[in-house]
Amino acid sequence: MADTHLVDIYITGERHRVPDSLTILQAYEYAGYKLVRGVGCRGGFCGACATVYRLPGDYHLKFALACQTKVEPNMQLAMVPFYPANRSTYRLSDLKGEAKEVLDLYPELLRCYGCNTCTKSCPQDIDVLGYVSAIVRGDLAAAADISFDCIMCGLCVSRCPAELVKHNAALLSRRIYGRNLAPKSEHLARRREEIKAGKFKAELAAAKKQSKDELKKRYAERDIEPGE
Amino acid sequence: MSYPATMQDSLNLCVATRERRMTETFPRATADAKETLLKGFHPDYRAETFAALHVGPNAGDRTPRELAQLLEADSALPEFPGPRSSVPGLSLDKPDYDCDVLIIGGGGAGCSAAIMADTAGARVMIATKLRLGDANTMMAQGGIQAADKDVDSPAIHYLDVMGGGHFANTPDLVEALVADAPEVIGWLEDLGAMFDKNPDGSMKTIHGGGTSRRRMHTARDYTGAEIMRTLRDEVRSRSDIMLLEFSPAVELLTDTKGAVTGAVLQNLNLNRYSVVRAKVVIIATGGSGRLHYQGFPTSNHYGATGDGLVLAYRAGAHLAFIDTMQYHPTGAAFPQQILGLLVTEKVRSIGAQLVNSEGNQFIFPLETRDVVASAIIRECQGGRCVTTPTAVQGVWLDTPMIEIRRGAGTVKRELPAMVRQFGRHGIDIAKEPMLVYPTLHYQNGGVEITADCATNVPDLLVAGEASGGVHGRNRLMGNSLLDVVVFGRRAGVAAAKLAKERTGDLELGLSHVERWRKELAAKGLGSDIKSPLLLPDYTRKS
Repeated sequence: MADTHLVDIYITGERHRVPDSLTILQAYEYAGYKLVRGVGCRGGFCGACATVYRLPGDYHLKFALACQTKVEPNMQLAMVPFYPANRSTYRLSDLKGEAKEVLDLYPELLRCYGCNTCTKSCPQDIDVLGYVSAIVRGDLAAAADISFDCIMCGLCVSRCPAELVKHNAALLSRRIYGRNLAPKSEHLARRREEIKAGKFKAELAAAKKQSKDELKKRYAERDIEPGE
Repeated sequence: MSYPATMQDSLNLCVATRERRMTETFPRATADAKETLLKGFHPDYRAETFAALHVGPNAGDRTPRELAQLLEADSALPEFPGPRSSVPGLSLDKPDYDCDVLIIGGGGAGCSAAIMADTAGARVMIATKLRLGDANTMMAQGGIQAADKDVDSPAIHYLDVMGGGHFANTPDLVEALVADAPEVIGWLEDLGAMFDKNPDGSMKTIHGGGTSRRRMHTARDYTGAEIMRTLRDEVRSRSDIMLLEFSPAVELLTDTKGAVTGAVLQNLNLNRYSVVRAKVVIIATGGSGRLHYQGFPTSNHYGATGDGLVLAYRAGAHLAFIDTMQYHPTGAAFPQQILGLLVTEKVRSIGAQLVNSEGNQFIFPLETRDVVASAIIRECQGGRCVTTPTAVQGVWLDTPMIEIRRGAGTVKRELPAMVRQFGRHGIDIAKEPMLVYPTLHYQNGGVEITADCATNVPDLLVAGEASGGVHGRNRLMGNSLLDVVVFGRRAGVAAAKLAKERTGDLELGLSHVERWRKELAAKGLGSDIKSPLLLPDYTRKS
């Protein structure tokens, strides 16, 4: 790269000079860390690389995914690759599928005093307080919708003064919603029955027996459903 | 202004031609045109980047050099010239763990297998390299296919899969894939996975590259994450399933007849070995994008290093289609921080066109991935591309068209992960196009399996991306999430049944490794390279 600008960053207190074009994750590796913890998908989907940092002259604590955030000069940073988070004991198939079951399993959610620190700490910009409130008022459709993009990095859990494990409650809310509360798909139920009854067996068996040339011909001539 | 000045001219052209292109449909390529494009530009046809294997069940077959090197490497275990139990830190006579079914890998296939085997009453253990759910499944964005609409059928799905795979696919596997698909969607929903639906409950389904019916089920652009976190939570709900994280398998164990009887694990936190005795082993270790074939960046998870292929090969398993990899047409080419990360095919499914630096379309956006990737490479080799300040080439993926076609707010609603991914670097994809170039995405081949996930090695099953055959020479979008759940479930059921049939003492040995070392030596291949790789090394070498 033609014009590499180097900046100082402090990884768990230790100074490293790294190109300013790197993400925090790449900067760790540039500095020499071969990571086992604190690294996962490297694409912002898995929550393994939750990171906290501060910048000089600013008392605010900042939050990031290391794989998704560029370094800044003189940032003091540390990864939080694991944060203790209790998960209630349940089997979804044993639950009735009612909204109040989330509160039965995570009653501490009622301790939320609405400080909104969770929302401020979310690297996905999810309205965490919003979904906690939705669970408390029994609106799992809203809780599922608001929390849907959660990658379960645990930063909200680490910051909660009421000690709530929100992301697990959100996951349970979505699972109850998906299994019990979302509108049922009639065409899916119908197709599952048809397959159980063996409706497509003969057609598939016939297709399997076709020669490559026959398949090629049918493929080239197949009709294509229009887009929307 | 989020794109640098050097890219502005071409960006302006993309914007200026948008209105004209809105009404243009680029014609689909004929079979012959596709063939020409692939042979001319697809990375699978760069013969000089492949090597022939010298030893093992696939001796004589070609595979990318990087994979050949690991397949023909030495075991990472210390030499054990004397009795087996003399390997330091390893006691094969007193295993640390005992189970019916050992599942290596905790992604979509591994978790599906664990749930089914547990349901069937087997004592299940999952050993995974990083955390449970750290897998390519988590990163899959675009969707999962299933022929569950009235206009569609498993037989139509079958034809699409075969055509996409260039008719090389293993028919039995394709039949299993398409026939199980609707059941898998229902099963996932019963486990609480949320798919995008209309108010009446019908599934919102879209096209993918190479589909003849709109059968792509989505969960925004977090489809894989939604499936993975649901499966993971179900695994955690089942207290009988033993789970070891940060514990990859580094070698299988076999008896004197060659049947698999367990594995040696390496705890990555403590660098200690442990021994698992198992009646049946399922390899569900995923793909190998982190081997960066031909120097390509990858969309894959950090742990995608092809470990399962190495372990299975050494134990005598035959591999299939290891000479073909999938290069996803649209990896991010700018900014540098997200180079190679996946830009989901859903972007094209819902209306974005691919545009070269001259403001022209050059391929029907929903051709199969191998064809679209080849077309992009052709444009770049022909100079009709944009070059970034870090000398990466790419073409435009015109996302603002989605908003024009489907209304303001569609991009944010349908592609929240992509909006975040680019927004973090100052690019608003609802207003500006993305710059893309093919990225190493998927291992089309793997260990050869039957429809019940059996291999040629007794008591060794394989499921998911580590297996080969179902996708032939090219996988369609939405068939990988389907693959991991369909064959993960099948492997779990089959393994539990096999375990019940397996009576008598299990003999834990490493004679296959001894034999392997002799074969390497006989070919003069006693290399310094050890495998499995476990993790890539991106540290700076000063």
